Amino acid sequence: MLGHHRLLVRFCLSLLVVFVTWSALSILGAVDVRPNKTSTADAKLADGLAAWEQVYSVLTSPRCINCHTATNYPQQGDDRHRHFANVIRGPEGKGVPALNCISCHQEVNADSTGVPGGHNWHLAPLSMRWQDLNDQPLSSATVCRAVTDRSKNNGLDGPGLLKHHQEEPLVLWAWNPGHRVDGTVRSLPPLTHDEFVAATRRWVEAGTPCPKGR
Amino acid sequence: MATYQLNVNGQHREVNVDPSTPLLWVLREELKMTGTKYGCGISACGACTVHLAGIATRSCVVPVSLLGDRPIITIEAIGQDPVGRAVQDAWVDKDVVQCGYCQSGQIMSAVALLKATPKPTDTNIEESMGGNLCRCATYVRIREAINSASQQLK
Repeated sequence: MLGHHRLLVRFCLSLLVVFVTWSALSILGAVDVRPNKTSTADAKLADGLAAWEQVYSVLTSPRCINCHTATNYPQQGDDRHRHFANVIRGPEGKGVPALNCISCHQEVNADSTGVPGGHNWHLAPLSMRWQDLNDQPLSSATVCRAVTDRSKNNGLDGPGLLKHHQEEPLVLWAWNPGHRVDGTVRSLPPLTHDEFVAATRRWVEAGTPCPKGR
Repeated sequence: MATYQLNVNGQHREVNVDPSTPLLWVLREELKMTGTKYGCGISACGACTVHLAGIATRSCVVPVSLLGDRPIITIEAIGQDPVGRAVQDAWVDKDVVQCGYCQSGQIMSAVALLKATPKPTDTNIEESMGGNLCRCATYVRIREAINSASQQLK
């Protein structure tokens, strides 16, 4: 009888020790009782969306968005005013005969005359417009949907978008915009190019998520 | 200063100038080819238009250092081209010119338009010639002359 009692007490004490230990470790977060796949995915999505917002801040800076208009003309300047000299888009975004983009914009910046330049200077197609007809930037969600729509973005998937941001000469120009004829330097996008590429990579690795909404 | 070998109107020309010198100054000051005009100096008016590798180009904003080996055609030689000849004949026929200062640029642009679009609509003409300003407002006669040249080139 006494032996049974001792066994029962020992068993209860063991249970108590196990319970207390488990509780303590759980509270401290040291025991991952069950892998939480939902939390991991949520964190990756949140990080991807945060990275997209960084990308968006660059896309909507004047050096980029001035040639992503919804109108039949490009813009210029930090105030994004209409390009002077009656410059218009033309059927391929390269101007029109006698008034092509390359009538003035050469392969590199012409600092002595203040004319910016880069390889194949042209407007983005209307499918890649990032502004409305009143020259206001479209929302983050709308731009994101356009940028990730392969029917609009020249068929670029995530890695293609990353490569575009890494290597496209006119993208790179945004960080080497030269100076105006009066010697003042054109402003740069809000991130460095390395930061922009890093943000794009995080966004792509998260599956190019887009914010909800319009 | 640097030396540049240029192909101007089919002729080899050598100039020794500062690399930042715009083509317009090379033409007018170094080569004494004054048919190409200085208007605004900031590519806003089109008076300085020449053809650079066949592209109508604002010579006032293109430094000589960026020309490379691209051939340059100016108003002095555009009449040797069939389209250029037709445009110049139409200009005379329609009596386009008033003061004339902008007209070399107008003609160079008109030739570029007709080479790319042999049968331009009025919209094509307005868009392509919209960057060439004429303070005498000869725009109506310019359009008539371009249409006339287009007809002659049938």
